[in-house]
Amino acid sequence: MAADVSIDQLADDMYEIVADSAGKKKLKAGDLTKAMTAKYGDAITRKDCKAAIKQLIDSGRCVYGYFGGSSIELPRTEGAANE
Amino acid sequence: MADDLKIPLLEELEKGPWPSFVSDIKSMADKSEVAADLLRQLEKSYEDKRGYWKHGGLVGVLGYGGGVIGRYSALPEEFPGVSHFHTVRVNQPSGWVYTSKALNEIMDIWDEHGSGLTNMHGSTGDMVLLGTNTDELEPTFQALTQKGWDLGGSGSDMRTPSCCIGPARCEWACYDTMDLCYNLTQEYQDELHRPMFNYKFKIKMSGCPNDCVASQARSDMAIIGIWKDEIQIDKDAYAAYMKDGFNIKDLVVDMCPTGCITADENDIEIDDSNCVKCMHCIARLPKALAPGKERGATISLGAKAPIVEGALIAQNIIPFMEMEKPYEELHDLIERIWEFWDDHGKARERIGEFIERVSLATFLENTGLDPLPQMVQEPRDNPYIFYEEYYAEEDEEAASDE
Ligand code: SF4
Ligand code: SF4
Repeated sequence: MAADVSIDQLADDMYEIVADSAGKKKLKAGDLTKAMTAKYGDAITRKDCKAAIKQLIDSGRCVYGYFGGSSIELPRTEGAANE
Repeated sequence: MADDLKIPLLEELEKGPWPSFVSDIKSMADKSEVAADLLRQLEKSYEDKRGYWKHGGLVGVLGYGGGVIGRYSALPEEFPGVSHFHTVRVNQPSGWVYTSKALNEIMDIWDEHGSGLTNMHGSTGDMVLLGTNTDELEPTFQALTQKGWDLGGSGSDMRTPSCCIGPARCEWACYDTMDLCYNLTQEYQDELHRPMFNYKFKIKMSGCPNDCVASQARSDMAIIGIWKDEIQIDKDAYAAYMKDGFNIKDLVVDMCPTGCITADENDIEIDDSNCVKCMHCIARLPKALAPGKERGATISLGAKAPIVEGALIAQNIIPFMEMEKPYEELHDLIERIWEFWDDHGKARERIGEFIERVSLATFLENTGLDPLPQMVQEPRDNPYIFYEEYYAEEDEEAASDE
């Protein structure tokens, strides 16, 4: 892990992307990793991105969704849910 | 049976010689409104010729992206018992070996938290616990983990690895399938529970080419036990078969796909260099023949059922790999494959489709594998591999001609 980009920072950046895409585009874990690599280049690794996603999910800030493929989304009550 | 359960169309499925899921679910309909409403909703689907399930894409347990398949009824007022009908996948033990105590634990948990209906086992291999509501998911998960169980995979993750029973019961196993299955399950916990791929990735392990888990047709990575040296022959056991009047010509010699067996009542010889390890002769003469002593596994990639693209059968990429603890060579291979597929695959593209799209040559180059004749799937199939050394030689020759 490069000293200048923390896992927290990556998780925050990822969260922002997920929030911006909410309702528009479903993002996969790979999409978030690619976005972070584009932003930080060699300063981060795939492992860092995995750790950031883990943090987003374990903290409950994001959840996994499945609609044909798996995605990372904001928690919400889905339209299909029955009472 | 529940008195008001009128399901004449479904009852048609109980006729005939086969076991029927309708009979099974009916046997629970008296004590479970979930089972009764499940049958009622299905009967309505048969009447109306359409399904009444809605996909619940967000349900799950905290931290996990796989293991729960969300379903809601589209007609919750009519069929309240199945208003929520989520499925929980439980990671099966290697080789599906349980104690009755363990099975009873699972059943008790599911009677308390779900419908009590199960499917043993789903096509991936997991135990499938059918039908519960969203509020019961976390309590089910807690109860399972307290007893040492875990959820299996679903979605775009590594699916629960599965294997044949291997050396636990079968003398043909060329490696310890159950140990490897356990190893991969533990090694790749993140990949199993946190979907991070373009789509699903299934690993199945068979101890010999009989391929009892059908890995060659049903997994993205098939790891099949194989041997490198000669088939072992026990001449005394062979003589005993002959004494018993075994028809060696019709049952073995003429059935060998490559015609590499020469045998009569007195002796048997195998031209092992032409043996394609189909297991036929060994299966016919189990006391006289056995796989060789130099054992390991062969690895194929890319089988799948027809969902996005058509069905594919796996293609060989590693003719032989030793399969011994700590399996570092295999881990390294799996990770290289995942990395390249992850970086360049499209959404919902399985590894077999990916290789077809980018070409085998590109795939090999980027995963550090050498092209081999075993990768040619059919005669006259041209894999379009060009050896750089060949061009280097050509260049050198051209340079020395100048
Ligand atoms: S695949 Fe081979 S080793 Fe495994 S159970 Fe079947 S016959 Fe035995
Ligand atoms: S394993 Fe199959 S190919 Fe090999 S010798 Fe026996 S029958 Fe022939």
